[in-house]
Amino acid sequence: MPINYYIFLALALFCIGVAGVLTRRNAIIIFMCIELMLNAVNLLLVAFSKMHYAAAVANAPGTIVGTDAQLFVFFIMVVAAAEVSVGLAIIVMMYRNTHSIDINFLNRLKH
Amino acid sequence: MNVTEILFWILSALAIASALMVVLSKNPVHSVLWLIMVFFAISGHYILLNAQFLFIVNLIVYAGAIMVLFLFVIMLMNLNTDTEPQKNKWLKVAGVVAGGCLMLVFVAALKSSGTQQVQMGEGNIGLIENLGKALFNEYVLPFEISSVLFLSAMVGAVVIGKKGD
Repeated sequence: MPINYYIFLALALFCIGVAGVLTRRNAIIIFMCIELMLNAVNLLLVAFSKMHYAAAVANAPGTIVGTDAQLFVFFIMVVAAAEVSVGLAIIVMMYRNTHSIDINFLNRLKH
Repeated sequence: MNVTEILFWILSALAIASALMVVLSKNPVHSVLWLIMVFFAISGHYILLNAQFLFIVNLIVYAGAIMVLFLFVIMLMNLNTDTEPQKNKWLKVAGVVAGGCLMLVFVAALKSSGTQQVQMGEGNIGLIENLGKALFNEYVLPFEISSVLFLSAMVGAVVIGKKGD
C-alpha cells in the first residue's frame, strides 16, 4: 500500500479524537479520545517503520532497519498505561468530591 | 484488488466508523465498547504490516487492560445517558469545525507526500526475536527507567485514590 493511505487514515483518526476532546464534557470520554489520538500516532509510526524496507533490503539482506520505530510504539504504550492509571485515579477522586464528571466543575478543584 | 488491499479498506472503514461512534454515542459504556472496536481494527492493521509483537501487545495492554480499567471506573460511577453532561449546541459546532479545519490543514500539507510503498506482510523487524534483541541491547536503559515510571504511577494512583486525607 502507498504510505499516503496510512497517513490519511491516521490523520482521520487523530482529527476525530481532537473533535471529540473539543465537543464532549464528560471527562472519561475526553480521556478516551486522547487514547484514540495516541493510537493513531502509533499506527502511523508502524507504517513508517516499514516504508524504507524495500530499498534497505536490496542493499543488505537481513536488514533490521525500522526496529527503532516499533520500539518507540512500545514505549508509547508503556507511558500510556501509566498515564491512564494516574488519570483515572484523578477522575475517581474528582467524582468523589463533586459527584459529577463534568469537566466544567474542574474550576472548583481548589476546595 | 488482492486480499491485502481488501483487508486494508475493511479495517480502515471499521476504524473510522468506530472512532466516530466513540465520539457520537451518548452512553459512556457504549463509547468504551466502540473504542475497543477501534483497537481491534488497529491491531488488524499491525498484522497486515507484520508487526506481530505490537499486535499482541496492543490487544493485551490496550483492549485488555486499559479498556477494562475504563469500564470498571464507569461502572463504579453509575453513569448513564440521563446524567451525561451536554455542551451547548454552538460549542459543539465550533468544536467540530475546529477539528475539521485541523484535518483540512493536515491534508493540504501532506497531500503531496511521497507515494512510497509500505512493505506488507513480510519482513522480520516486527517479530519478537528482533525487537527483544534491540530492546535489551540499545534500549535497555529506557526499558529499566520505564519500570521506575510504572512504580511511581502505581504509588501516585494509590495516593490519589485513597479515601480521606
